[in-house]
Amino acid sequence: MFDICELHEPETLLEAKRIFHDNPDLKVIAGGTDVLIRMQHGSLGGAGLLSLRSIRELEEIQMLGDGTLSIGAMAPFTKIFQDDLVQKHVPVLSEAAVSMGGPQVRNVATIGGNLCNGAVSADSASTLFALDALLKLETLDGERIIPMGDFYAGPGKVNLGPGELLVAILIPREGYEGMGGRYIKYAMRKAMDIATLGVAVVCKVRDNRFAELRIGLGVAAPVPIRCFEAEAYAKGREITLECVQEIARLAVKPSRPRTSWRASKDYREHLIEVLAQRAVAEAVKRAGGCCAH
Amino acid sequence: MLTKNAAGVTARKRLAMTVNGRAVEIEIDIRESLLDVLRDRLQFTGVKQGCSVGECGACTVLLDGTPVNSCIYLAAWAHGKTVTTIEGIAQDGQLSPVQEAFVEEGAIQCGFCTPGLVLSTTAMVESGHSFTHDEVRRELSGHLCRCTGYQKIVEAAERALRDAEKAVDESPV
Repeated sequence: MFDICELHEPETLLEAKRIFHDNPDLKVIAGGTDVLIRMQHGSLGGAGLLSLRSIRELEEIQMLGDGTLSIGAMAPFTKIFQDDLVQKHVPVLSEAAVSMGGPQVRNVATIGGNLCNGAVSADSASTLFALDALLKLETLDGERIIPMGDFYAGPGKVNLGPGELLVAILIPREGYEGMGGRYIKYAMRKAMDIATLGVAVVCKVRDNRFAELRIGLGVAAPVPIRCFEAEAYAKGREITLECVQEIARLAVKPSRPRTSWRASKDYREHLIEVLAQRAVAEAVKRAGGCCAH
Repeated sequence: MLTKNAAGVTARKRLAMTVNGRAVEIEIDIRESLLDVLRDRLQFTGVKQGCSVGECGACTVLLDGTPVNSCIYLAAWAHGKTVTTIEGIAQDGQLSPVQEAFVEEGAIQCGFCTPGLVLSTTAMVESGHSFTHDEVRRELSGHLCRCTGYQKIVEAAERALRDAEKAVDESPV
C-alpha cells in the first residue's frame, strides 16, 4: 500500500486552490506515474495528497482568441499526441508526447506533472522550451504567467510558490506559426525509457534562410536549456550543410552534461552535436526548406 | 472531497465502480492501488503484479476502455469508472477473438504477461482504428514478456486486428 496519510480530491480548480492555500504542505498528484513510483521506492512517504484528477476543466486543449494554444496541465500525453489542434499547429509536441513512457503511462501521465517534477529528461520540457511556451500558474489570490526558462530552479526543482498550481501551458502564436519542428529522443530503448539526451528544434524558413531557429535540449545540463548562441548565429543565414554543422557545434556550448550510468559527459556532448544537426536538418525540411549543398 | 487519515487511523473511502460489467461497491483504504483492490478484495487474480512501478504492464486493466497500469493507479480514482480485467474478456465460456488469435499464433509461453497484452490488444481492436506494424509494436511497448516471445505476440495482435477489420467488411450494411 502507498504511504498516504490523506487524500483530497477536489472537482474544481477553485476548490483545489482553496485546499492548497490552507494546506501548502500537501503534495500535488496529477497522473501519479512519478509520485506513486517514488512512494513505491520509499523516497516519498507519509504524504498528504492533493489529487487534481477529478478536475475536468484542467484537461482541455483549446485555441484562444489571440491564436495562443492553451494546453491544460492535466492533459494526458495520449491526448496531446492525438489532439487535432496539437497535430495541426505544434506537431513537434505530438512527436515529443508519444516518445514518453509507454501507452499505459501516456494514458494517465500528464504534461503538467511532467513539467512540475522538474526532471531534466522530461520529454515535453525541451520541446515546450523551443516553442517559447509560457506557463500559467495560479494561487487562490492570483495568477502569473512565466516563460519556461524561469520555471526551472535546479535539478528536480521548479519555481512554484506555496499554494501555487500549474494550470495551463500557453504557446503563443509567434511560438509556432509557420514553424517546422523535430524532436529527437535518444535512449537505449524505443519505449519505457528515459532520454539519454533530448533535442527539440523548431525553425522558420524564408528564401532558404533561417528566419528563426530555436533549439531546446534535455539532459544536457542540470535543467532543460536553450541554445541562444546557435539560434542567434542562424538568424538570417542561408541554409547550407556548413551552416547547419556550425549551428550544431554552437549548440554544444551552453551545455553542461554530466557523466551518469546512462552516458558519459563526452558521449552526451557528441550526441548534442550529432542530434542537433539531424534535428535542424529535419526541422528545415518540415518548414519547407532544404539544407543540401 | 477529503478522505483523511488521522494518526494511526486508516482513511476509508466508498468506491463504486463497474468491474467486468458488474456494479461493485466497497469500502477501500485510500492507500490501496487499483491492483490491490482488484486482486486482494475482489479476487480478480488475472491482474498480475509484476514490477509494481509501471514498467512491465502485467497489471494492465482497461479503465473506461483505456489501458492503464493498475499498480500505479490509486483505487480511489476508479470511482465511477468502468474496469475490465482479463476475467471480463471471455463471454459465457467463449474466448474473445483476441484471445483466439493469441492461441492460434502461439503467443503465450509462461502466460504472466498475457492478460495485460490481451487487454491492450483488445483496446486496439475496440478503437476501430487500423494500425501499421510499427504502431502495433508501439501500442504493445508498455508490456514486458520475459520469455521474450514478442514476435508471436505482435503477430497475434495483427491477426486480431485483421480479423476485426474483416468482420466489419463482411457485416451487412
